[in-house]
Amino acid sequence: MQADLLLENAVTRIEGPLLFARREARVGLNSAVEVLAGTGPPRLGRVAALDESSMVIEVLESTSGLALLGTRIRLHPEPLLFGVGPHLLGRVFDSVGRPLDGGPPVAARSRRRIEGLAINPAWRALPRDFIETGIATIDVMNSLVRGQKLPLFSAGGLPHDRLAAEIAQRARLRGTQGEESFAVVFAGIGVPHDTAEQFRLAMESSGALGHTAMFLNLADEPGMQRLLAPRYALTAAEYLAFEEGRHVLVILTDMTNYCEALREVSASHGEIPGRKGYPGYMYSDLASLYERAGCIRGRPGTLTQLPILTMPGDDIGHPIPDLTGYITEGQIVLDRELDRRGIYPPVRVLPSLSRLMDAGIGEGFTDPDHPALAHQLFAAYARALRVRVLASVMGEQGLPESDRRFLAFGERFERQFVHQANARTLEESLETGWAALQGLPHGELTRLSNAQIGRHLGAEVHA
Amino acid sequence: MRGDELVAQVYEDTTGLEPGVTVVGLERPLSVTLGPNLLGGIFDGLLRPLSRAADFQIQPGAAERSVARHRLEFAVRNGDTLSAGAVFARTVAPRQQSLLVPPWASGRVEALVEPGEHRDDETLLVLVDDTGRRHELTMQHDWPVRRSRPVRERLGVNAPMITGQRILDTLFPVARGGRAAIPGGFGTGKTVLQEALAKWCDADMIVYVGCGERGNEMAEVLDEFPRLEDPRTGRPLAERTVIIANTSNMPVAAREASIYTAITVAEYFRDQGLNVALMADSTSRWAEALREVSGRLGELPGEAGYPAYLSSRLAEFYERAARVTSLAGTEGSVTIIGAISPPSGDFSEPVTLHTKRYVRCFWALDRQRAQARFYPAIHPLQSYGSDVQELADWWMRSGNPDWLVQRQRVLELLEAQAHLERMARIVGRDALPAQQQVRLLCADLVNEGFLRQSSFSKSDRFCSPARQVAMLAVLLHFADRADAAVAAGVPPARLAAMPMLRQLQRLGEEFSEDDLLRLRQLAAPDRLRVRPAANGGQSCRLTCCSRMR
Repeated sequence: MQADLLLENAVTRIEGPLLFARREARVGLNSAVEVLAGTGPPRLGRVAALDESSMVIEVLESTSGLALLGTRIRLHPEPLLFGVGPHLLGRVFDSVGRPLDGGPPVAARSRRRIEGLAINPAWRALPRDFIETGIATIDVMNSLVRGQKLPLFSAGGLPHDRLAAEIAQRARLRGTQGEESFAVVFAGIGVPHDTAEQFRLAMESSGALGHTAMFLNLADEPGMQRLLAPRYALTAAEYLAFEEGRHVLVILTDMTNYCEALREVSASHGEIPGRKGYPGYMYSDLASLYERAGCIRGRPGTLTQLPILTMPGDDIGHPIPDLTGYITEGQIVLDRELDRRGIYPPVRVLPSLSRLMDAGIGEGFTDPDHPALAHQLFAAYARALRVRVLASVMGEQGLPESDRRFLAFGERFERQFVHQANARTLEESLETGWAALQGLPHGELTRLSNAQIGRHLGAEVHA
Repeated sequence: MRGDELVAQVYEDTTGLEPGVTVVGLERPLSVTLGPNLLGGIFDGLLRPLSRAADFQIQPGAAERSVARHRLEFAVRNGDTLSAGAVFARTVAPRQQSLLVPPWASGRVEALVEPGEHRDDETLLVLVDDTGRRHELTMQHDWPVRRSRPVRERLGVNAPMITGQRILDTLFPVARGGRAAIPGGFGTGKTVLQEALAKWCDADMIVYVGCGERGNEMAEVLDEFPRLEDPRTGRPLAERTVIIANTSNMPVAAREASIYTAITVAEYFRDQGLNVALMADSTSRWAEALREVSGRLGELPGEAGYPAYLSSRLAEFYERAARVTSLAGTEGSVTIIGAISPPSGDFSEPVTLHTKRYVRCFWALDRQRAQARFYPAIHPLQSYGSDVQELADWWMRSGNPDWLVQRQRVLELLEAQAHLERMARIVGRDALPAQQQVRLLCADLVNEGFLRQSSFSKSDRFCSPARQVAMLAVLLHFADRADAAVAAGVPPARLAAMPMLRQLQRLGEEFSEDDLLRLRQLAAPDRLRVRPAANGGQSCRLTCCSRMR
């Protein structure tokens, strides 16, 4: 291993976050550097480009106040690393893994690349452990399993933070009472101070703060570091999951800020912009974060991700939610209209999806009739919404009897099933789902077999 | 290359590289090693095995070659003359595979080792050609991925590739050696459909390439395929599958290569006389990799930032699908089924548009159907299949002379439904004339009872052509009867309230492959009939003798 090298008076040009310097020592691409100016704390950076005689350093903090003279560069032989070890939990860090809570640095057991290494697909185990979140729309219709990455697609002003905190507090495997070692890693990316504080209080009140590690990049900190906070957080999470064998839930909020920062950095590099000015490699870049979730064969721990993003202009077709949806295993979509009507959590079920659901529910996992119920609820609610559009044109009186019953179902479904004041067990959620289907014509419940109807709905009630 | 400079594209992570590193030329274009080790394995975009890695994370540059052994029997003797592409030996277990003379070699067999177990890098026989050149053959040979493997002749369309999905086989069939595209926004079920096709289509070999897609999907395939049984051979599905995985977090440059690697592997199995299906999920990620590499090279961007040669690259790729006579004279085929992930589900973006020009089948996935969990969410009015006329012969030979007519009727019914629903939205369903209300009812029935098919239902995930024919006959028979009943004055509401409708809507789930006889009886003229009810001629009843279980 090479020792660290110090370059003095090598800087030739400074342009925004980029520092151009003469290459007076051997250094590899992506190596970590520290930029020292005067007596201030060292600023982190990395080698972004190299040629025979010069190099470009991307400074990951503000470059204001740097001068060509007197700026020294300390070169590390390795890329950015994060020293991880026991006692990560219960701590608060900044976006580059430095303690913010006044405590001592974490004693490093191993130093890991923050970019991580791609998980070999042949080593992945299929996620199948059903997680009970206590939320009916998720548990019954969009089930979360360990090792999944399931984002919340939200929008400004919707209660996504509250929902995420509730999931973090409650999420448990069925039949266990928290005897397994679990952990929560919270990465706040460009979040306001109060959001971070709210989350901390929520975890504290449920006594889970000792199992939580927080990485905070607050809204007033440099954009460049927004790109680092999730990477440090995931590096810590990978250690907790695959070395310490914990079941880790990573909350990344807000991924929209991350993508904005990515666009900013890409523009400062002079790259050709893609859709809406976001760089063409945004898909690969987001994948390098999201794909760090999973289960590994032969290792006890799992890494589950719950990224939160706010859809700009409530538009699900915007590149940020669009690319995220192509990478993650489903999405939970929050809706402004439901929120206005006082329905909490305001989950819009039709565009929501959990791709790994079928591996973790049904016979041997939850309830044998769970998949059929979920499909029937989706089909019936889709019909109810179609009828609602018709009713708004023609009036309820103009509808045939069966359509009117679907209309009533839609209202019942939203008020009684989607809306919930308290956490529900899976059994309670399933029960509520069957109850909502009561009153629909049995002949139209095509996703259920006669046996299932007989078991759960009994004889048909005629209006 | 420019003057004495060259630009090298690195297929892996470049972290830690520095000026002064050694670059070695391999004196050949990017090539992959084709041989008996491929079957049942999982490989990265450059065809390096992933399953033998020691660590769960992929270390850049770590690609140790390990040697495999195979037991084999020779198909030739000393002194025989072999042409290019001929079979010279076969491996014995677990599945018989042909070992081919590489396309560039031919000649007289001079030396031959004993049959039995051999290392995959051992020289098995020596060919001496007319010019006196010696070719030493092992079990495997290299082939440059960007060049298609030569064939004797390309053949026309003769038979469909049966997918076991009703909406595809009956409405939009793909021919053996054909090309199909599945475009769809996220969450519309592209991957589930690709996986269902990989599991149940009647190809001899499946090459599944996950190009820039999710790691957990690969885990799903690896988890499921060894346990599922090929309905035709009774062997585990894994034994007919090669998986090429370049997940979204693996290097982008190798993603660009993975598509070529996959088609080369598919062609290699085709040359052994097999019918191969290539599932490419997703070609959009491949196009994006092209865009990314092109951007880094500073090439002038075309439409939506894609390089101007996107269209010709797509054409080159899809043209490698064909039914052929191989160099050795056997018949084989490669069918390409490519998924497309258009940004925000918009089919007017460049990758979808260009692909549309080169494929024969277009299976458009619809977000609304997917949201109502109506799977497969293929939209019957936006999709098409161009080989229908040619494939009608096959259906005729396979026992359904009416296929073309029935298919047309279903499409007309669905077309009419779209039209009538627009009308119904304005005037109300009840205000439509009785005949039209019945058409709507029948169209609903075709959707629910025929087009909907759950890949998670054990009895319905695969539908044989015979069952498709029987189901279609029952539904169209019902449509005829319903039309007749309405013409005789039965109010459509009465038809809609018949209890047997429920059975027809659940036809796929209720009648499995073992119930074909019972299913066919439903369409027998005396089983499903309209007869006047006792209370006057105004109302009629449709009865169904075969009750539900």
